[in-house]
Amino acid sequence: MGLLDKEFNDGSFILTSTEQLLNWARLSSLWQMTFGLACCAIEMMAASASHYDFDRFGVIPRPSPRQADLLIVSGTCTLKMALRVKRVYEQMPEPKYVISMGSCANSGGPYWKHGYHVLKGIDRVIPVDVYVPGCPPRPEALLEGLLKLQDKIRKETLVKKEYENA
Amino acid sequence: MKTLNEFFDLLKNQFGEAVIELKQDIDPYIIVSADIMDKLVEFIKVNDDFKFDFCTCVSGVDDANGTKSKDENGNDVITGGTLSVFYHFRRLFDDAKLIFRVQVPRENPKVKSIANIYRAADWHEREAYDMFGIIFENHPYLRRILMPYDWEGHPLRKDYQNPEFYQGIKISYN
Repeated sequence: MGLLDKEFNDGSFILTSTEQLLNWARLSSLWQMTFGLACCAIEMMAASASHYDFDRFGVIPRPSPRQADLLIVSGTCTLKMALRVKRVYEQMPEPKYVISMGSCANSGGPYWKHGYHVLKGIDRVIPVDVYVPGCPPRPEALLEGLLKLQDKIRKETLVKKEYENA
Repeated sequence: MKTLNEFFDLLKNQFGEAVIELKQDIDPYIIVSADIMDKLVEFIKVNDDFKFDFCTCVSGVDDANGTKSKDENGNDVITGGTLSVFYHFRRLFDDAKLIFRVQVPRENPKVKSIANIYRAADWHEREAYDMFGIIFENHPYLRRILMPYDWEGHPLRKDYQNPEFYQGIKISYN
């Protein structure tokens, strides 16, 4: 069953559940915090540009974290930057989502052993919803990551399930 | 255009013992004493025989020529020996090149700053301070340029050990 349970003949009624409506609204307008760290940001920009057109999924770059729903951490995050990333994340209003883009943001990438200055995975400072592997990931991979995030949001529920309490 | 030997002799006449040696290398360089660096650079900037108007690069080097030992955790520790600063100068009208090397003791690395003579040297000196802990005296604002301001240690020293945590964030991968 999709979003629409039943459509009436005159088109003036739609029946749906609150949950599905909220989820649909959230996943269809994931406004993205404009935040590029390294070479992955170039691919992110390519994904936003006309050829791959992030906009068709409702992803619009916003200049302020207070207007954003989605933070794409795209690139090598240094320890100095990690504190700033954390602050940007904390400034975003709920509900908020994070995509970790590229090997550096996922795990430190090529700096995993000898990089004295690189954070070994962005999940050490903020919670991550979707990891996109690649160095850097192609725009298609980022789109795939976004679709995965949309799937995740689609399954969200307002009701706390029984097993989650355990 | 003067040769490097002629430049060396001119400097030797001007500064005497403080100009130590002309070292032949792939790029030959002149070793000078640390405490005349600002006067020397002022001189090669304004003197008519030199007129080196372009400071290309100032970089630090850990010579790692002290005595090496292990601490109780098995990490390398270097005591004694020197750190070096290399200065590269050019002049635009004939592209001549002049390289200086200054050696300072590892425990007390102090060099006279040239940031007030060449503004280009400002950030180079801050980087050398950040990475090697070389103190540039009379620098307008000597603070770290790349690492966070509250970082401890100087990462490009050969005996540098990464801290375990930074601001509560675990640093090592494992």
